[in-house]
Amino acid sequence: MLKKFFDWLFGRKPPPEKTQDITQTAPLTEEQIQAIVNNQNPHFDLQQLIASCGQSVGKQRELNEDSLLALTATMAGNSGNLPFGLYIVADGMGGHQFGEVASNAAIRAVAGHILKKFHPYLFQVKTDTMDESFQEIMLEAVRDAQRIIQREAPGSGTTLTAALVIGQQVTVAHVGDSRAYFVFPDGRIDPITRDHSLVKRLEELGHITPEEAVNYPHRNVLYRALGQGELLDPDIFTIAFPQPGYLMICSDGLWGVVAEQDIVRSVVDAPSLQRACQNLVSAANAAGGPDNISVVLAQLIG
Amino acid sequence: MAGVTLANRYSIQDVIGVGGMGSVYRARDMHFPNVTKLVAVKEMINSAPDPLVRQTIVQNFEREANLLATLNHASIPRINDYFSLDSRSYLVLDFIHGKDMEAIISDTNGFLPEEQVLGWAVELCDVLEYLHRHKPDPIIFRDMKPSNVMINSNGDVVLVDFGIAKTFQTGIKGTMIGTEGYSPPEQYRGEATPSADIYALGATIHHALTRRDPRLEPPFSFAERPLRRINTSVSPELEAVVNRALEYNPESRFPTAADMKQAILGVAKKTGALGRMKTQTTPIAPAGGIKPLWAFKCEDEVRGTPTIHQGALYIGSYDNNLYALNAADGKFQWKYPADGGIVSRPSLYDGNIYFGSEDKRLHVVSARSGKVVWTYYTEGPIRSSPRIAEGHAFIGSDDGYLHAVNLNTGRASWRFEAADAVRSTPFVMNDLVYVGCETGDYYAVDYRGELKWRFHAKRAITSSTVGSANTIYFTSVDGTLYALDPKNGWPLWRFRLGKASISTPCIIDDFVFVGAADGFIYAVDVRNSKEVWRYRTEHQVNGSPVIYKDSLYCGSVDGNLYCLEYRTGRLRWKFETQGAITGSPLVYDDIVYVGSTDHQVYALLA
Repeated sequence: MLKKFFDWLFGRKPPPEKTQDITQTAPLTEEQIQAIVNNQNPHFDLQQLIASCGQSVGKQRELNEDSLLALTATMAGNSGNLPFGLYIVADGMGGHQFGEVASNAAIRAVAGHILKKFHPYLFQVKTDTMDESFQEIMLEAVRDAQRIIQREAPGSGTTLTAALVIGQQVTVAHVGDSRAYFVFPDGRIDPITRDHSLVKRLEELGHITPEEAVNYPHRNVLYRALGQGELLDPDIFTIAFPQPGYLMICSDGLWGVVAEQDIVRSVVDAPSLQRACQNLVSAANAAGGPDNISVVLAQLIG
Repeated sequence: MAGVTLANRYSIQDVIGVGGMGSVYRARDMHFPNVTKLVAVKEMINSAPDPLVRQTIVQNFEREANLLATLNHASIPRINDYFSLDSRSYLVLDFIHGKDMEAIISDTNGFLPEEQVLGWAVELCDVLEYLHRHKPDPIIFRDMKPSNVMINSNGDVVLVDFGIAKTFQTGIKGTMIGTEGYSPPEQYRGEATPSADIYALGATIHHALTRRDPRLEPPFSFAERPLRRINTSVSPELEAVVNRALEYNPESRFPTAADMKQAILGVAKKTGALGRMKTQTTPIAPAGGIKPLWAFKCEDEVRGTPTIHQGALYIGSYDNNLYALNAADGKFQWKYPADGGIVSRPSLYDGNIYFGSEDKRLHVVSARSGKVVWTYYTEGPIRSSPRIAEGHAFIGSDDGYLHAVNLNTGRASWRFEAADAVRSTPFVMNDLVYVGCETGDYYAVDYRGELKWRFHAKRAITSSTVGSANTIYFTSVDGTLYALDPKNGWPLWRFRLGKASISTPCIIDDFVFVGAADGFIYAVDVRNSKEVWRYRTEHQVNGSPVIYKDSLYCGSVDGNLYCLEYRTGRLRWKFETQGAITGSPLVYDDIVYVGSTDHQVYALLA
């Protein structure tokens, strides 16, 4: 039961044949147990969302084709003050022309659409319920961005990983190979998005091994990108914000360069989120900085 | 745009397509005033702010025009004209009377006949062969897919949209372009070869015969859903041809489109495809049928759901009685008469059974003896079921109130006024009581009876709520399955059902299952709100599905109890009763119990 709950909580799909295999259950860490307890006794206390971000062009590129947005606010409503956060990383595709045009347009379109929808709730007294769901708003935002990119920079493409945080719910829209992670103070790090890259797909199909994937010549080829193809099918899902834990969104300039365990250490050991972001960017640059680096970190306290 | 005449010659009649960069219009060529000569005018609006981008766009458009001008084939539209006006460029092409293949696939009920698809495939091989043999360089279409294949009024294929077709120069890598889902692995690496078109043709045939849009599936996953697994009427020979076209390695595919054509003609010959009657497929149902372990007959309809406790099965009937039966053999133990029908599902607490009745009362009866302990009056019939928590029975009534009845005193601690009748069963989680009502208003009320938050659906919420720590689910007569944040009522996602629903969802793993009046049982992924599968019954599904081990059990108004594999929606067996099943089954200790409006309660081996 606990295992199932955890798989659900952290988004790992259990292998179907093992769901009833009790002997597979691994001991939980103190922190995991605490998270379960927290979830079973949800409180209506004030919660606070904080975030920070970092960016660098890297050591080898002249142009920054990444775009980033981090916006944190509070929605004052009839059911108390609700944390509101919007965090987006878009990585314009270098192999295509006008990658920076595409990643910029993506951020503007997605954030613009979402903020328009939430404007009455953020800045006016609005009590009636929203007739669109978070996932529908995200999908429309991505479709909007797709139209705008195809008009403003046809043929170009960009990744997009966007997280909309409302209360304890994180709704993610994802296309391409930027990533969102949950990072836990006890050292665990879980990617919550799946790369839409050729190399990842070949790995999933078993055509190449994870070791081969690291040195695969076409590592940055995407099979799904914003601006490409007419029927875009972004991954959109809703998941609970990790508590205790961090939400991290980054471009491959970070995750492709710095080992996951080093990422965790940079985040967990840092005295503040700002410092953590700086540490992550420095680590990617220290490792050669082959690509643009973008990272957003968010934490829900209370 | 209609009524506008372009270049003093093409009178626009209608929009026939909309793309990322402009529209395609049907227009009349006014240079032929005495006959109606229709043309397709493809418009490209160059709205890119960046001058470099603008230039690239114009070049691409001109390339398409120039390419088409050099081609001459029955399956390729002829280009009549090309011109630019301000920031817009136009291609004037033959107008094709017909429909594109994607529209044909989606407008067809069931699967397209194999011989029809075979005929199109042969013609597509012909035109690909023509393009690939183009001199001086082969032309790679690069975007073969159903929506780019028109079927004209003669039933012949015409390839449209040469926007990204490209003459092929060996050894030069292009950028990733083409349509996700139809493109082979090497095309993502920038290699466009004739073999890529062959793969995409295989993908197109696959889509046509399975109705599964590959753009909605992971790339290169055709091997995971072979033709005949989805469409059993496809011949093994054709499956083999399609599999070869879809081989992962280009070397393993047909070397040329002509070779593929020969293979398809071979299939047609072997299966005698032309003129062959299409065989209807039927799902495999177990032979002989399922025998119930026992059945018990009440004196009127059983519309509700049973409860089991210590070897006894409790169920209400519209003969006004609540029955206690021996769960093992169905033997009658006792009955308790109310003054109205009982649809409410009994709840057990501390040796007593709680249930509501059309007689407006909440009845509390001893589980052992069937003797009344106390009753509680509301001012309307009760269709809701009681929920016991925190020393209270929470129950809705048609009097428009949610009642919190103290179990010790049998009196209301409070009543919460809803906008209309409360027929849904209250759900209790996180110190809140969740309940919907017949106006579509939905409430989260705390233990003091105070409103915490509200939500509004477009129509009645008769379904009850189920929830996990972070999400609550319910359906509405507005045809939607809702997922809300239990803390504040914000909608996380909505899933459109085919019709109204009063069925209460059921959750397990990452799935939420629910029935609807369109006759389907749906399985939806709780994280991304995507449909995992749906299963069609012959009539409305009003009861709630239940999961036991790896099966899903659900009744339908068509009279059947269905047992499906819950991960795939595949039918395991069904059991026919003589009346509609409107309640939910109950599974306990490998036995399924279900009531039917044929007055019977059945026990079946799960």
